[in-house]
Amino acid sequence: MSKHTIELTINGRRHSSDVEARTSLADFLRDDAGYTGVHLGCEHGVCGACTVIVDGKAVRSCLMLAVQTHGSDITTVEGLAADDGTLHTVQQTLQDEHGLQCGFCTPGIVMTMAALTDESYRSQANPTEEQLLGALSGHICRCTGYQGIRRAAKKLANPVEIYSGDES
Amino acid sequence: MNAPTQISGPKATENIQETQLAIKSESQLESKSENKPSEKPSHDAITSGRYIGQRVRRKEDPRLLTGRGQFVDDISLPGQLQVAFARSPIARGDIVAINMDIALDVPGVHAIYTQQDLACYNVDMISFFLVSPEVEITPLANGRVAYVGEPVALVIADSRAIAEDAASLIEVEYAEQDPVISIRDAHHAPPIHPGTDDNIAAQMGEEDIDEDLEAELQRAPHLITHTVVHQRISQSPMETRGVLVTFDGSEEITLYITCQSPHMVARWVSIALGLPPAAIRVIAKDVGGGFGLKNHPWKEETAVILAAMKLRRPLKWIEDRYENLIGANQAREQEMALQIGFDHDGTLIASHGNYSCNNGAYPQLAECNIAVHMFVWAAYKMPTYGFLTRGWYTNTVGYAAYRGPWAMETLIRETALDVAARRIGLDPIEIRRRNLVTLQDQPTTSCMEIPLEDVTPAECLEKLLTAFDVAAFRQEQAAAREQERYLGLGLATYIEPTGAAGAITTMTGELAQVRIEPTGKVTATMSTHSQGHGTATTMAQIFADRLGVAYEDVTVFEGDSSRGGFSPGAAGSRQGVIAGGAAIKAAELLADKTKLLASHLLDTTPDNILIDNGMVSVAGQPDKTRSLADIANIAYGEPDRLPEDFEPGLEAQYRYQPPPMTFSSAANACVVEVDSDTGFVKILRWISSEDCGTPINPAIVEGQISGGLAQAIGMVLLEEVGFDERGNPTTATYKDYHLPAISDVPDFEFVHANTPSQSVGGMRGVGEGGAIIGAPALVNAIADALSPFGEVPVELPLTPVKLLSVIEGRDLSRKTAAPANTPAQEGNTSVAEPVTPATAPEPAIAPATATATNTVAAVIDGDWKMILSTPMGPQEISGHFETQGDLLSGYLSSPEGQMDFSGTAEGNNLKFDLKVQKPMKITLKYNLTVDGDKLAGKCKMGIFGSAKVSGERA
Repeated sequence: MSKHTIELTINGRRHSSDVEARTSLADFLRDDAGYTGVHLGCEHGVCGACTVIVDGKAVRSCLMLAVQTHGSDITTVEGLAADDGTLHTVQQTLQDEHGLQCGFCTPGIVMTMAALTDESYRSQANPTEEQLLGALSGHICRCTGYQGIRRAAKKLANPVEIYSGDES
Repeated sequence: MNAPTQISGPKATENIQETQLAIKSESQLESKSENKPSEKPSHDAITSGRYIGQRVRRKEDPRLLTGRGQFVDDISLPGQLQVAFARSPIARGDIVAINMDIALDVPGVHAIYTQQDLACYNVDMISFFLVSPEVEITPLANGRVAYVGEPVALVIADSRAIAEDAASLIEVEYAEQDPVISIRDAHHAPPIHPGTDDNIAAQMGEEDIDEDLEAELQRAPHLITHTVVHQRISQSPMETRGVLVTFDGSEEITLYITCQSPHMVARWVSIALGLPPAAIRVIAKDVGGGFGLKNHPWKEETAVILAAMKLRRPLKWIEDRYENLIGANQAREQEMALQIGFDHDGTLIASHGNYSCNNGAYPQLAECNIAVHMFVWAAYKMPTYGFLTRGWYTNTVGYAAYRGPWAMETLIRETALDVAARRIGLDPIEIRRRNLVTLQDQPTTSCMEIPLEDVTPAECLEKLLTAFDVAAFRQEQAAAREQERYLGLGLATYIEPTGAAGAITTMTGELAQVRIEPTGKVTATMSTHSQGHGTATTMAQIFADRLGVAYEDVTVFEGDSSRGGFSPGAAGSRQGVIAGGAAIKAAELLADKTKLLASHLLDTTPDNILIDNGMVSVAGQPDKTRSLADIANIAYGEPDRLPEDFEPGLEAQYRYQPPPMTFSSAANACVVEVDSDTGFVKILRWISSEDCGTPINPAIVEGQISGGLAQAIGMVLLEEVGFDERGNPTTATYKDYHLPAISDVPDFEFVHANTPSQSVGGMRGVGEGGAIIGAPALVNAIADALSPFGEVPVELPLTPVKLLSVIEGRDLSRKTAAPANTPAQEGNTSVAEPVTPATAPEPAIAPATATATNTVAAVIDGDWKMILSTPMGPQEISGHFETQGDLLSGYLSSPEGQMDFSGTAEGNNLKFDLKVQKPMKITLKYNLTVDGDKLAGKCKMGIFGSAKVSGERA
């Protein structure tokens, strides 16, 4: 197996690594870089749990090779919340709406929603509810029946509603 | 990308508006208005919190949302090596040779083990009920393979990639045999397992319908025979199975493992491996879903544990999805025929069920699903019921539980009732109203002797109907049909046994241990386990509510077998009921203790002490207020200030033993439109009216139901594990096995009934119900929509092709075999029936001379080793027989104890009765025939029907 040196930025930190050509981005992020929030649910691009943001776009890290990310800027789910622990809007909305149970698929769902709604990643206008739900149809959640995820998507597509609801 | 067929989701609401369904708006149904806790906390002096019944945010979420959860594969240990398996590519055959030379030569490979290497550990692959299997089950294939995907060799290497490389280089030569794949084939084929008489893994009930029952059925003005064929399901937790094994010192093993209870895993491994329990610590902080698959370790996990013992290195195996879809035990493949006799007015007269399920080669529990028959008519006024129920071995991956394992009873009953309603000309609501057990009918006992005191399916149905205008819908439906649009309404009602404890070894109470720390914060250790259930949240709500502290100040620990006491964890919708009760009781004990100390310090009586929001005060004397931390500091650190005989500290624990069973009830309504051009189903509306007693956290309750309903949608429309005729899995990826996506699942609306149960706190279990009631609600809606075209055969999943076949009146599907369970009168006399030892020719009975008596005594007297096939699996019994003439006496002993009996011995035929208390009070009637050093026969087990007995001289 050939080895390749890649240099990239992950969650704002610069990394330099030697990787095998066959190593997926997901395995690299988990095993080499230590970002275990990247979850592998199927390793064939259906479940979406491994989604990370590569150069502003939501990407299934099981379907991308680590060597392809040389020079890239990558955000994983670990890189979204503020340093003081304040959750990202997407994360907070999912918690408020009970959008997760076991939490295994959650990092992927968070990253797809963040890539589309966070101004620091998205290149277009904030998505409509329909667009957001369309993107989420590429994620499998076996626990929730998608009820809280859909409520969160509705809120994120209509940002004025965020945090206007009452809290228990 | 996923599951391309069904359209629903956000559009559904718009669609309802467009079609003007006369249905109340979602906001009118908003369940929050009904979420007031239905029961007043018993400690009125604790006024703060009132957290029970609130939709509080989950404590688990921040770590899971930020990628800081701790799933098995997130843990790495120094020196750990990775495991991959070489798996069988054929469904059945003998292993002729294994050549590992090339594989062992791969750099980075440390060892390759086959069953020969692991045999020295003598593992007993016990079931969830801790019963040894009838058929030998080994972690790795032992000389033969019995399903595609069976692990044959275990490769240990520096990395998973190297281990997979090496596994692919192992050469295995097989002598292939023809496999047995379907239930139907299993009926006729020679046994797949050597040393067995037939392919029956488990059997209960009577092979011939009781004459009286048959007469009742035949006299019924309406006799319906309804058949359901249920496909095989992959539980598909999003986190696959995985284990990391390490040794701490020479005698303590630590397992990080995906599971449904670390305590259950510790118990299972301890018994299976014959290790002392103290030597095993199981840690599972976060688990990505279980759904029945992760009840206890199976072949792969056990092989990894043994390999780690052998190699003495930390070993990790993380199942990939391909392995999970072919090698992890699966669920549900089953067929059932239900005969129901109705009177002219639609009231129930009698019923008989004939059930079969595919156990695969190595089931986690040899299963004939007796619960299907126990509960099929439990909530209905059914006078009499009989059944035959069997599980079949095949050359497929083994059976395991899946959310609501007995769900066939609700599916077949509720779909049969709709078929009957159409045939008799009754409304589906009316046929249920006439037969459901109402609160007024209770207490009562079902035809299968299930005691009912407070089930509310009839009340849930009426409540549901206040939220759904059926008459308006029927008008809408009629108008739509004139435009050749096919709308359908599906209703279903059910009860679910939850929170079971006491009848089965592993189904126990729950332990809550709670303390107020010297800081005034509350820490609790629970026997619960969450694979998404949010038990750290719900239990914290209870402690905050009952101790008078802020929810934020409560921390709940679980997920580690070295913390807390035994519990089977998430199995049987039990944690909210039982652990909830334990938490309430422990909190009350601790509150009492705190008040006792505070009253001493504040010079008053305990009754006058109030604890509110972490502050302790005396009623009516606001100046006498101390923080809980002040009181706790004294409790731990100033023994001189404590009352006499006061145990220092503020700690309490309680193990709660609930009533044997707590029932949940529900009624669901589902509205669909079936496209008559494409056969696609669009779900337009879904309302769940359920009674889970006191909801601790309604958002979590609704989350459990919604997840189950989504799985039911998957079962009815999308999911199906397939095999080709050689037993090769045809659904080895999620591109082939279709899980429901967000676009397949509609918004669910909830109507909560909240009738407190008789367990402490009034909770009822809610973990499995959605997966049980969802399927018949949806099937009934589709059948109602397509009723102009005829009946829809219930062969799941109801794919567009199958529905188009109904719409177009011709079979558009590929040829599928007819169900094996034809109506009982035919099925019961099938040529493939097993040879029943009890039907052996009656021996000539010798005259009762002294010589003959001696001969009989010689044949019968002495010690025997017997196996009784109970509903919980085969049970070993040792028996001692003594004859005196035609009188028989002796005893039977099992791990549960020894019981004496007396009976008769006629020739070599023995008959005797035993009265037992577990799992219910029943009389066991043995009828055995001795043949040389072997005996065989039957044991009639009351309502459980007959069970097989075999044995040999000890």
